[in-house]
Formats: sequence, C-alpha cells, structure tokens
Amino acid sequence: MDFFDRFAIPHPSPIIYASMVAIGLTVIAIVAGLTYFKKWGYLWREWITTVDHKRIGIMYLLSALLMLFRGGVDALMMRAQTAVPENTLLEAQHYNEIFTTHGVVMIIFMAMAFIIALMNFVVPLQIGARDVAFPRLNNLSFWLYFMGAMLFNLSFVIGGSPSAGWTSYFPLAGNEFSESVGTNYYMLAIQISGIGTLMTGINFIATILKMRAPGMTLMKMPMFTWSALITNLIIVFAFPVLTVALAMGTMDRLFGSNFFTTSDGGMDMLWANLFWVWGHPEVYILILPAFGIYSEIIPTFARRNLYGYKSMVASMVLISLLSFFVWVHHFFTMGQGALVNSIFSISTMAIAVPTGIKIFNWLFTLWKGKIKITVPMLYSLGFLPIFTIGGVTGVMLGMSAADYQYHNTMFLVAHFHLVIIPGVVFAMIAGMTYWWPKMFGFMLNERIGKWTFWFIAGGTCLAFFPMFISGLDGQARRMYTYSEATGFGIWNMLSFIGALGLAAGFILIVYNVYYSTRYASRDIGDDPWDARSLEWATHNPVPEYNFAITPQVNSSEAFWDSKKNGHKLFKGPFKEIHMPNNSGMPFIMSILFFVLGFALVFSLWIVAIISLIGVFACLAHRSFEKDHGYHISVEEIEKTEAERGGAEHENR
Amino acid sequence: MKELFPRKQVMGFVFSLVLTAAALLVYFLDMSFAVGMTVLLVTAFIQAGLQFIVFMHAGETEDKGLIFTNIYYGLIIALVTVFGTLLAMVWGYV
Ligand code: HEM
Ligand SMILES: [Cu+2]
Repeated sequence: MDFFDRFAIPHPSPIIYASMVAIGLTVIAIVAGLTYFKKWGYLWREWITTVDHKRIGIMYLLSALLMLFRGGVDALMMRAQTAVPENTLLEAQHYNEIFTTHGVVMIIFMAMAFIIALMNFVVPLQIGARDVAFPRLNNLSFWLYFMGAMLFNLSFVIGGSPSAGWTSYFPLAGNEFSESVGTNYYMLAIQISGIGTLMTGINFIATILKMRAPGMTLMKMPMFTWSALITNLIIVFAFPVLTVALAMGTMDRLFGSNFFTTSDGGMDMLWANLFWVWGHPEVYILILPAFGIYSEIIPTFARRNLYGYKSMVASMVLISLLSFFVWVHHFFTMGQGALVNSIFSISTMAIAVPTGIKIFNWLFTLWKGKIKITVPMLYSLGFLPIFTIGGVTGVMLGMSAADYQYHNTMFLVAHFHLVIIPGVVFAMIAGMTYWWPKMFGFMLNERIGKWTFWFIAGGTCLAFFPMFISGLDGQARRMYTYSEATGFGIWNMLSFIGALGLAAGFILIVYNVYYSTRYASRDIGDDPWDARSLEWATHNPVPEYNFAITPQVNSSEAFWDSKKNGHKLFKGPFKEIHMPNNSGMPFIMSILFFVLGFALVFSLWIVAIISLIGVFACLAHRSFEKDHGYHISVEEIEKTEAERGGAEHENR
Repeated sequence: MKELFPRKQVMGFVFSLVLTAAALLVYFLDMSFAVGMTVLLVTAFIQAGLQFIVFMHAGETEDKGLIFTNIYYGLIIALVTVFGTLLAMVWGYV
C-alpha cells in the first residue's frame, strides 16, 4: 500500500466529502476568529490551562453538547435510512460506521462527559471545598478525554470510521474482518479518554472522602455527592478492565498477538466478556449521577426533604456492588449452559430491587409535597414513568430463556434507550437547567424550556416505543434495511418522526441558550430556586475560591437550615486563601497523547516513539517541578465579597 | 536509636523478598500445575497484604475503616470477575 493511501477513506461518499469541507471551514473560521479578536491569550490563560473545577466543568459541558450533536446527526441518518423499506440513502458499510460511531460518541464522549461536567461543577461546591483534591490532574483528565474524542471523530475524515459496533466484538473487530484502520481508532481513542476518566474517578473519591466541610459526615452529604462518590468508585473498579481489554485488542490488531483471535489459542468470546465486565458497571456509572440529580431536584421543587435518605444511600451502595455481578446477561446466547445463565439471570433481576426502592422514595417525596412545576422538575417527573418502562423491559431481557427471543432485536434497542434517555439525557438537561444560574449567572428561559421538554419527552416515546413491537415481530438491530413484506415499515416511520421530534427539542435547547444569553435578567440573586444544598450558599457568579469562609455543616441540607432554622453557616473572619496555579503541562501532554494515538492508528512507529518519549518527559518534568500555588489576601477577598454581596452576607 | 531504626519496614522488606523467591521457585523447580498455581496464589495474596499494611500504611491512620472497606470491596469484585469469567468462558459448558 502506498504511504498516503491508508489515510484515504475506504468508502467515500458525497456526505463525507461535504463534511470534510465543513470541518475544514469551521476550523479556519475558529482560528481566524480567535486571531482577529485577539483571544488566543485569553483562551490559554483562562481556560486551556485552568485548574478551576468550575471552568473544567464548563469545558466538559460544552464538549458533551458538541458530542450530543455529532451523535444526534448519526442517529437521524440511521432513522432516515430505515424510515421506509429498501431505502438507499446509506449503503450497508456506511450504515455500520454510523451506528458504531453513534454508540461510542453517545456513551463515551457525550454521556460520560456530561456526568463528569456536572460532578466537576457541583461536587466541590456541595461539600464546601475550594477545588478538587488534585486540580491539575483534573485538567489532565479533561484534556485526555477531549483529545480522545477528537481522535475518534477524526476517523470519519481520515482513514475511515470503525464499523464493528460500539461493542466491537471480535472476531469481527479483528484485522481479518475489519481491514481499515477504523477499529484502531476505536481502541486508541477510547483508551486515551478512558485514562482521563480513571483519573477523574480517583480524583473525586479523594475529594469527597477528604475535603468535606467541617461537620459534614458521610451521612450528611447531599445526595448528588453521594451518587458521585459511588459512581467514581465504580469507575475506579470498572475502567481498568476496559483499559486492559483495549490494550489486548490493540495488540491483536497492531502487533499480531492472539488474545481474541479464533486460532492459535486466542479466545474471541473473551473480548465480549471483558467488554461487559466493564460495560454493565458502565451503565450504572451513567445512571447513578442522574439518580443524584433527581434527588436534588425533586426535594427542591416538591418543597420538602428527600424521603428515605438512608435507604437511598444503601440502595446505591448495593447497586454499585451488584452492578459487577450481572454482566453475563449481555451474552446469554453465546452458548454457555443453563446453570451459568440462571445465576446471572437471578443477579440481574436482583438489581431491579434497589432501583425500585429509589423510584418509590422519589414518589414518596412527591407525595404530600407542594410541587412546583419548573423545567428541571418536568424532566424529573417525565423520567419516572419512562425509566420505569425501560427498567421493567430490562427485567424481561434479564430472564435468560426469554432473552433468546429478544436478544439483538429492536426490543433490546428500545430497552436501553428508554433507560438511558430519561436516565442520562433528561437528567443532564435537568441538571444543566438547574445549575445554569450558578454557572453563568442567569436562568434559562422557562417557557422555551417547557416546550423543549415536551418535544424531547414526546420524541423519546414516539421514537422508541414502536421498536418494542417491531422487535418482538423479529426486526433485528443493526440491519441497514428490510423488505416491505416484513411489515416493519410503519413502526420505523413512526420512530423516524419521533427522532425528528427529539432533534427539534435539541435545537430548541440551543435556541434557549441563545435567547436567554441575550434577554434573561442578570439580577437573580444567589439562590433563584430557593434550593437546599450548599452550592447555593455562595455568590453568583461563584468566586474562584468558592467560599470566602469554609461553611460549617449540621445536616444534609445545611443551606436550607441556615435559611429557615437560623443555622449559622459562615463563622469567623476572612483568612488568606491558598490556591493552585494554572498549568499548560496537562494540555501539552494530552496533545502528545493525541499524536501518539494517531501514530499508532496508522502504524507510524517513529512518530509514536517520539511522542511517547515526550509523554514521559512531561511526567518527569512534573516530578521535579516546584509549584506552591498562590495566596489570595484578605483585602482581595473582602473586595470580591463586597462586590458580589448576597447570601453569605445575609447569613452573617 | 532503637526508635529510629525502621524495624518493621526492614523485616517487611526481607519477608517480601522471601515471598518473591518462593514464587520464583515455581519457575525453576519442576512441580505440578496445581502445586505451582497454589504457591503463586498464596504468595501473591500475602505479598499484596504485606505491601498494603507495611509499606502503604493501611491501618495506621484513623480512616483505616474506610481503607479496609475499600480493599475488601475491591477484593470481592476481583474474585467475582475472575470466577464469573471462568464460569462463563470455561466451566459453564455442558
Ligand atoms: C432494572 C435494571 C436493568 C435491567 C434488569 C437490565 C437488563 C438488561 C439486559 C438483560 C440486557 C441485554 C439484553 C440483550 O442483549 O438481549 C440489557 C442491555 C442493555 N442495557 Fe440494560 N438493564 C437495566 C438497566 C439499564 C440501565 C439503567 C442502563 C443505562 C443507563 C442500561 C443500558 C443497557 C444497554 C446500553 C444495553 C445494550 C447494550 C448493547 O448490546 O449494545 N440498562 N439490559
Ligand atoms: Cu447490563
């Protein structure tokens, strides 16, 4: 093969050429814009090198939204292709690439980034800390994630996208059946961003265990912080399995090893096994922060405290443990005997119990509450029934004998979308809307937000309920077309219309951000929702040090107590504050990782070795660097506090 | 002088060398698969415990409850993963 041939797209089409041009033009526009408005320095100083958890959270949020749109366009194309029988909009290979990138982008680069965005922004504020335990590591986490995402998206225009599904099962993902570099991208991009995620896991466990405000015992932590702790615990235990599996897969593809091959002692099913050892905990990594968000929003707008705090915590701990006991339910049909399948069927059904407990706790919180319908509350209320349907169908899939019927049909696709969309997407939009005023100092428009909700909730139901029917009728997942005689046409058309509704909803979100940025009032105080937990006790916008005085906590709703029961949150005079310095090193290191990944994808060994040496040089530099951070003087704190006014003053 | 000498650590170091040597014997001596595996597993677990307690100071601080909970939690998950995998990939076929 000629050197440059490998960079070409194996199956070019006009859509891809058009996107290449679009990507090129966008990059030029961004670079030109930044240069023209002289924003490079600002970008570097204030954002790229920042170690402030709030800014890192916002960068995660923007990236997640970007990826949501990328994945969303993929979804629309798939639904358009299958809307009518024997459609010729996309060819088979192109369709395979699209469902693969859709899955990876949505799970790894959208959903994960979204939950990490909100954890970053909210957790340190909720526990009254100045930042996370390892601020610079946090910056590195973000950039590794971002570079992984960019590397993955590059596959689309250079070398070809992966097409073996987001599960990338071997032997299909091996060199023999996936010749193009697509699957190399899959392995390396997920690897790079996975390292970032693992670091986030360690960082947040340390932060939550070690940096809580005085008085905040574990059982007085707000529920979102609890969910973040459990989520990160699962991350730390589950992600290493993915790391190892990806490394083995990479070696199979690049160096001809035989971990997952069908000959020479390899075991192709082991990939599926390892993938799901990570994969099932992963779905709980996605859902638990959502549970945490609903547990903040529902009490705030039902205007009473959360029902069953202890059982909420206990059920999350139980879920975290059980989530490691069920993975085989993803391949009941692979040929193992009835005993194995029965064991994992039972453990799978067991996990529905703690999940059910949580649903009832929310219902009991709502019961007797004085419910105020706001946008975040609407999403929470919409979540309950839709998620329950998704969960119940999950229990159906969990019965191994029955799963022979459902497995790999559209029924399965309906199940997981009906848990993931209300569980992650609704929660993230709800959380984003809820914490938006803390992030940006104004509220998103409620009227547009409510319209958005109905588009998104309605679109979700219309897009995925028909799949239950066509799935039971035998429509297999991941098929690029079907004949008219099957009778699937009508269900897929409905589903396409639903997808259009969802798309309209997402466009409305963008419009809402634009509209509110222009017209929303900036005079909203520090606590516009009349909320209950600590993040609302500081100013809008949040000063870089979060709290001028470390708050004293007495309950899981310390801020509410300070408003209603005369609890004093902030005691004592201002003291000098010690803050960490920004650093460009993590960014440089992540660029090196990006180059390393790219070089490995295309087997450019010399480049790979040089960038790997660069990575180690960065590590060495960090080991010998002396950086003691800086101090904010009392006068400066006084000045900032006087300028921003608000809750802290009223409380003193 | 006595307080300054890190007795525990030196002993621990020597013991961990002994464990390593014992594990190496599996390679050099000609034993059956079962015996070799047993030696490796036993020495590995003792070695890990030693590292945690002597060199990583688990159990010396007041949050030792947290630390040991975490270790046991990890242990449970590791065992479930390993045995579950064996069950699903090797033993579970009739
Ligand atoms: C009551 C709880 C749940 C049960 C009992 C359950 C059960 C199952 C089962 C048995 C399968 C495999 C079916 C098959 O391949 O034939 C499955 C697939 C899936 N589930 Fe769930 N599930 C539950 C909750 C969730 C949640 C909360 C999420 C995500 C937030 C989720 C995401 C997924 C995904 C992504 C797949 C499909 C993966 C693929 O093959 O591509 N599930 N579920
Ligand atoms: Cu699962």
